[in-house]
Amino acid sequence: MITAGIDCGAKNTKTIIMKDGTIIGRASAPTGFDQREAVKASLTAALEDAKLDREQLDHIGGTGSGAMSIEEADIKVNDIKSIAASAAYFFRGAHTAADVGAEKTRAVKFDENGSVEDFAVNEKCAAGAGAFIEAMSRALETKLEELGPLALTSEKSIPMNAQCAIFAESEVVGLIHARTPKKDISRAIHDAMAGRIASLIRRIGVNPDVVIMGGVAYNPGFIEALKRELHVDRVCIPEKPEFGAATGAAIVAAQHGR
Amino acid sequence: MSDDKGPEFWRWTESNWVNPDIRWQEAQFLTGGIDVGSVSSQAVIMADGVLYAYGNRRTGSDSQTSAQDALNFALEKTDLIQEEVHYFIGTGYGRVNVPMADRTVTEIACHAKGANFMYGPAVRTVLDVGGQDIKAIRCDDTGKVTNFLMNDKCAAGTGRGMEVFSDLLGVPIGDVGARSFEVDKEPPPVSSTCVVYAKSEATDLLRKGWAVNEVLAAYCAAMAERIYSLLERVGIEREFAVTGGIAKNIGVTRRLRKLMGIEPLKTTYDTQLAGAIGAALFGLALCRKGKSRKT
Amino acid sequence: MLASYGYSDGSGAYFITVDTDKCDGCGECVGVCPGQVLEVIDEDPNDPFRDGPIVVVRKHKHNKIKDDCGRCKPASCRPPLPCVEACPNRAIAHSW
Repeated sequence: MITAGIDCGAKNTKTIIMKDGTIIGRASAPTGFDQREAVKASLTAALEDAKLDREQLDHIGGTGSGAMSIEEADIKVNDIKSIAASAAYFFRGAHTAADVGAEKTRAVKFDENGSVEDFAVNEKCAAGAGAFIEAMSRALETKLEELGPLALTSEKSIPMNAQCAIFAESEVVGLIHARTPKKDISRAIHDAMAGRIASLIRRIGVNPDVVIMGGVAYNPGFIEALKRELHVDRVCIPEKPEFGAATGAAIVAAQHGR
Repeated sequence: MSDDKGPEFWRWTESNWVNPDIRWQEAQFLTGGIDVGSVSSQAVIMADGVLYAYGNRRTGSDSQTSAQDALNFALEKTDLIQEEVHYFIGTGYGRVNVPMADRTVTEIACHAKGANFMYGPAVRTVLDVGGQDIKAIRCDDTGKVTNFLMNDKCAAGTGRGMEVFSDLLGVPIGDVGARSFEVDKEPPPVSSTCVVYAKSEATDLLRKGWAVNEVLAAYCAAMAERIYSLLERVGIEREFAVTGGIAKNIGVTRRLRKLMGIEPLKTTYDTQLAGAIGAALFGLALCRKGKSRKT
Repeated sequence: MLASYGYSDGSGAYFITVDTDKCDGCGECVGVCPGQVLEVIDEDPNDPFRDGPIVVVRKHKHNKIKDDCGRCKPASCRPPLPCVEACPNRAIAHSW
């Protein structure tokens, strides 16, 4: 069985192509202002990557905040379900997963089959989503991909008072004016964000092997801070973590098609 | 915070004033109220509960100096010296750093007390929207707070949120209110509460061909709704008074008035003095109760 | 007086309300709070005429109570809140 999973997110639209439980193609396209176009572009590129034609797909699962724009999907998959299915697929034995998206963070507790047992969501506030770190990278005038590694070089933990992304921007500017080293500011940013994500995860219970997906998982500064906040030695990050939910949608589509 | 930004919504002129009809030497109690806010600091001196002098200045980099500056400014036109004042109360965001304060009282209590003095005892609901916070207060006919909330966690609905939009749309903040009414039809409010998301929503609207004024209208309407929802949480009761910088943005206040169906009260006092006046009145009440200085 | 500490943001409204007419500052709620959110202070900063101790939300917790109270509010169920239960006068309420 060949299925596609499409995750139309606030920032990027990701597509995964799976054949009998193995990923054979993937592609991402910026969502921009036209979700339908983004979905088309992402799916076309993923099919190209898998060297397949559209007709060879048995089913298409659609998920994410823009799921209603995925006209190609014959199966709509709830985003919580996608995350659970994906986390269980990548890490046997894991029971807790968090998907940190650009505008929304979801924490999910699931059983060994990837069925959802519990979940908590943070949305409609940038403080608890990837948008927070992005806004801070602009305030700090440091590239997003450099911000995390920079935080790792800091040995000093300074608290951030502002919780709101807008107020935190001003606080960061204030810290720059006070000649606080950028690395320490960067750590403070990641610590603050990780504290909020950790509190969301704690609401569903922290089991060993917490799976973290979403683009923010690439950020080593965030991951280190999250481990400190959760008091764990490691977290599980799938290869290409931004495709987490898309993978889950492809898996659920295959289960439905069976 | 935004000193380098040119004209801003919170713009006002530093001023001081002395009441020529009062001989402070004849007063039984001289009390001072000092309100150190994030943007401006006010000091007022009251003689037995009558406004005698005030100074209103921009807050500097530290609260202690700002408090002293505002007080010196208030005393500038008088022949009164600081030591003659019986009791000082510090309030506002920087209240713990008011060096001459005998006691501190929160801005919540002081705003209600000040509003009761400035707008009269009929005031029951007081709204104060500053650069960084929203305070919704309900009080009784003596100015005693009966119910309040203060929101300084989130920029939505605050002056800072409006500044972000003024920057984004390139409209001077002083023009936002008027321009938000230069639309053919009132657009629906921006749907995101979060200022970060509202910004992306606005960018999206502009791309869809909305005029700048329409986006302004949609954001002013969203701010009014946001403020209204916080007021509803403490309960809206007549009469209603607005203090703080928001009072100067008709784009928000007119839309808020429409939502509430209540006309806000007017006052001859400078609305920025509410907190400091309230503080000085608490000082007087404590003097009359015979409460000794803490120092 | 109903004193509400906390905030509302895009994700929701998070307020802890203390009824200062009911609270006698006994501090039972402080000890049972696992997030160290509450404290008893000698005078009510919002009412200079009120005598006696009062419980308030700690200043640096005002903007974080959604996170700090999270441990008493698991996603799956709503057990009784320790601070609310501990209060002999029923002076504490949560908005969420």
